Amino acid sequence: MSQQVSAKEPNAEQIAQQQIYKQMGVSDSEYELICGFLGRKPNYTEIGVFSVMWSEHCAYKNSKPLLRRFPTSGPRVLMGPGEGAGIVDIGDNQAVVFKIESHNHPSAVEPYQGAATGVGGIIRDIFSMGARPVALLNSLRFGKLENERVKYLFEHVVSGIAGYGNCIGIPTVGGEVVFDDSYDGNPLVNAMCVGLIDHDKIQRGVAKGVGNPVFYVGPPTGRDGIHGATFASEELTEESEAKRTAVQVGDPFMEKLVMEACLELIDTGIVLGIQDMGAAGLTCSSAEMASKAGNGLELYLDQVPQREEGMSAYEMMLSESQERMLFVVEPKDEAQAMEIFERWGVICSKVGKVTDDGRLKLFHHGEIVGDMPVTALVDECPIYDKPSAVPAYYEQNAAVDTLRYEEVTDLGGALEKVLASPSVSSKAWVYDQYDYMVRTSTAVRPGSDAAVVTIRGTRKGLAMTTDCNGRFVYLDPEVGGKIAVSEAARNIVCSGAEPLAITDNLNFGSPEKPEIFWQMERSVDGMAEACRVLDAPVIGGNVSLYNENAKGAIYPTPVVGMVGLVHDTDHITTQGFKAEGDVILLLGETRGELGGSEFQATVHGVTEGRPPQLDLVVEKKLLDTVLGAIQHGLVASAHDLSEGGLAVALAESCISGGLGAIVEFDSTLRPDVALFSESQSRILLSASAEQAEKLQDFIVSRGVPVQRIGRVAGENLVIHVGGASALNRPVEGLKRVWEDTIPCLMK
Amino acid sequence: MIKARVYVTIKQSVLDPQGVAVQGALHSMGFREVDSVRIGKYMEIQLDSNDRFEAEARIKAMCEKLLANTVVEDYRFELEG
Amino acid sequence: MKFAVLVFPGSNCDIDCYKAVEDTIGEPVDYVWHTATDLSAYDCILVPGGFSYGDYLRCGAISRFAPVMAEVAKAADQGKYVLGICNGFQILTEAGLLPGTLRRNMSLKFRCHDTVLRVENNGNPFTTQYAAGEEITIPIAHGEGNYYCDEATHAQLKKNNQIIFKYVNNPNGSIDDIAGISNERGNVVGMMPHPERAVDSLLGSDDGKKMFTSILKAWRDRHESASVR
Repeated sequence: MSQQVSAKEPNAEQIAQQQIYKQMGVSDSEYELICGFLGRKPNYTEIGVFSVMWSEHCAYKNSKPLLRRFPTSGPRVLMGPGEGAGIVDIGDNQAVVFKIESHNHPSAVEPYQGAATGVGGIIRDIFSMGARPVALLNSLRFGKLENERVKYLFEHVVSGIAGYGNCIGIPTVGGEVVFDDSYDGNPLVNAMCVGLIDHDKIQRGVAKGVGNPVFYVGPPTGRDGIHGATFASEELTEESEAKRTAVQVGDPFMEKLVMEACLELIDTGIVLGIQDMGAAGLTCSSAEMASKAGNGLELYLDQVPQREEGMSAYEMMLSESQERMLFVVEPKDEAQAMEIFERWGVICSKVGKVTDDGRLKLFHHGEIVGDMPVTALVDECPIYDKPSAVPAYYEQNAAVDTLRYEEVTDLGGALEKVLASPSVSSKAWVYDQYDYMVRTSTAVRPGSDAAVVTIRGTRKGLAMTTDCNGRFVYLDPEVGGKIAVSEAARNIVCSGAEPLAITDNLNFGSPEKPEIFWQMERSVDGMAEACRVLDAPVIGGNVSLYNENAKGAIYPTPVVGMVGLVHDTDHITTQGFKAEGDVILLLGETRGELGGSEFQATVHGVTEGRPPQLDLVVEKKLLDTVLGAIQHGLVASAHDLSEGGLAVALAESCISGGLGAIVEFDSTLRPDVALFSESQSRILLSASAEQAEKLQDFIVSRGVPVQRIGRVAGENLVIHVGGASALNRPVEGLKRVWEDTIPCLMK
Repeated sequence: MIKARVYVTIKQSVLDPQGVAVQGALHSMGFREVDSVRIGKYMEIQLDSNDRFEAEARIKAMCEKLLANTVVEDYRFELEG
Repeated sequence: MKFAVLVFPGSNCDIDCYKAVEDTIGEPVDYVWHTATDLSAYDCILVPGGFSYGDYLRCGAISRFAPVMAEVAKAADQGKYVLGICNGFQILTEAGLLPGTLRRNMSLKFRCHDTVLRVENNGNPFTTQYAAGEEITIPIAHGEGNYYCDEATHAQLKKNNQIIFKYVNNPNGSIDDIAGISNERGNVVGMMPHPERAVDSLLGSDDGKKMFTSILKAWRDRHESASVR
């Protein structure tokens, strides 16, 4: 058998001579380093293991210098980046665990399974920490929805997310969907999971205790998901073609059983270390667990449950079959662990042993087929500082006057046009396919600024959102990065919660291009500064590079997933207007900022100029003030101003509340600019007539600019700017435009 | 060894929305001649038995009990080997 | 009154049913594993929603052969109360404890949102606290909730007052807008909407509470009249 494998696989000499390592993404200099660590040339299995451990995904070799710029600690942070997911204290011996991760490339190839396995993977990250997953979110980007291929991708990504989340019984409560040409051919599928844990249940992925057994849990390993690039080293045969396209297939039913069994196992207190098998499967989980304990690990590959016949060591180590976990217990606790998995009907097999020699050793068919130092695999991957260069488009945009467009006078028509933009329009077509209520704790459902999930047995809740405006980041990565974090915080605050921390998903094009690396660098700087000023450290995340299509790179899209703490469910606030006669207040300053706005894109058909500016100190003051006002019980509704500016925010508050509004204000700006500018650090509040005075005083006393702009009334949205009528539309009509866009396009 | 091929389809009298959707898609792709589409399930079952007569009875029982829901589904099967 | 919430591999509304019993009427409630072979201690059996056995083959088709289902049939036969919600309804129809079946939604998509139901029969033990014709808001979350039965069965359902709830706006293509039915005797009820998700106005609606208070009242009435006799 082992001969058959070696007949198909090149030997160490052939790998060196034919430079087969290059096809696995290992450079000449990296290959030399690997030979040095081994004291010899690596065989096929070993070079495969190194290639995935030293990939961007596992080693962050192109992004690590940037990730170091993020603030990652804070008084509440119990675990920062490095484990499956970060953890933040929320009091009462409880903590919240969350992380976001991308599945962009698999979703472009096979949207249903790509998205489904993305959801499955992030859920495993959460429960491998010992946490009970309580909510899911998704940040999605597609090309223009008019395109047939985009419709196909959109439909199947959504049904893949639904298929997995609904079946496993974790509510999908929020997220975002954006359509833009820049993502044509390269959709983004970023899945986020939030879990709850008691402090004393927190697990780590460590292979502790020399001599302890290592267990494999989950369905048998097949050839799914072994990286396509590695097959380039083989002759192109029908067989290898078939393997190359083997997509990972998710089984949410199996994951539900694995999850329940693992949480029960963790509850017993006998687990020493546990980690999920995500990217690079058995390789990454075993090497990382050994590394974190400073130990070695032996794996007996014949004991690995196998779905297909004749699998090689290389294939088993690199398979990305889903729903698998690795854990370590003491020998005396083996029987107890096995009993739990048996009861749940989940395969559990002893596949290895913790050693003290610091090496990852692989045994197959009685032979040693791999022997590598764990530190070399995990810690020694070279880190690259890529060259960075300011792109020409950025320089050119400095001169663009975003107020030069001819004045739009049909403002009602413009509002309808913006509301009908698929990115702004209602996403009910999407979230109605998600079970967002299972577990009976969803207090704010999808469609408001942030979703809120209550915590049983307390008066607390968790608010959560994902945000990123790729157009802003493209036009000015640093400002766009700040805006992404600030907008997330604004959404959290508008729902009545205090921002706790963020997880980020850095989606960019190829870092080999200096202009792209510049985007990465600048946006990370912007995000990092915003995290510092807004007290929201980064507790984990994911990097997805090489997101390119025929036309070039996607918009730089560093998605921010933020979680906030609702201290009392009485504070929960939504965006819809609540009652006739309520007073409407606009907080913040409106400037003539149309660069990168939805209005600029939909009405004028361009994305150019500089994005809105953002002063983090002003932002922080606004957030503290609004949260304070909500906590004092002064606020009836709160809504962040984002895409489409004041006009869209007013329309959405009217639509959500099923009420009209009469709005009147003065402005030095042209009415179309005043209504559609996307100036930052602005929030729309409403309050009862009795509370309005108090609320306004409260805001003024905090030094935040505030304008009383109207009241909730009637069935129309009526806006006057500077005494002249700007628009007057029945809310019912606006609602229809806003609701019908996606269903009509998807018919 | 006997291999059974089991086909489970929605009864003619019951609406098959998946079939209708696929029919519509085929029409819009220009396959005008498509008169109707019915979607069903196909299963392959290996039996450790050489008694065809017995196998037929057993497969029938499996269909009635589990493989098909006779409220809305019809089934048929073929034996091989 | 003692409640059992059945747990099949893949059940995921078991916890919601359990909490709803605790929160609405505070009666004792246990999770009961699908392998259990004795339900004699329980007065009401809740068959929860979820994706038992992944809904593979057909929703509920595999679960209905779980050992506990023979006990559910026995309990139903003894006149005990059985409520199947969503996947639980699918399991009860597969098991033959309720007539008809649930097909894929007409839209072919999973649908999750609030629905308005009309109480068609408020004489059932699960609905006595509702007014006849009362309209209540209860969410749905299913991909296969399109109720179907043949005409003869439908005529029987109408004749025997077995249609318990109807949708005001049919979300899935069910015949006659049927959202929930009972067996002939009235002690076994199945419904696609989730009353256990509608027991707290903070989470959207508490219109489902009365199903739990109704069943407690029915049990007490029967229990008290039995002890008087």
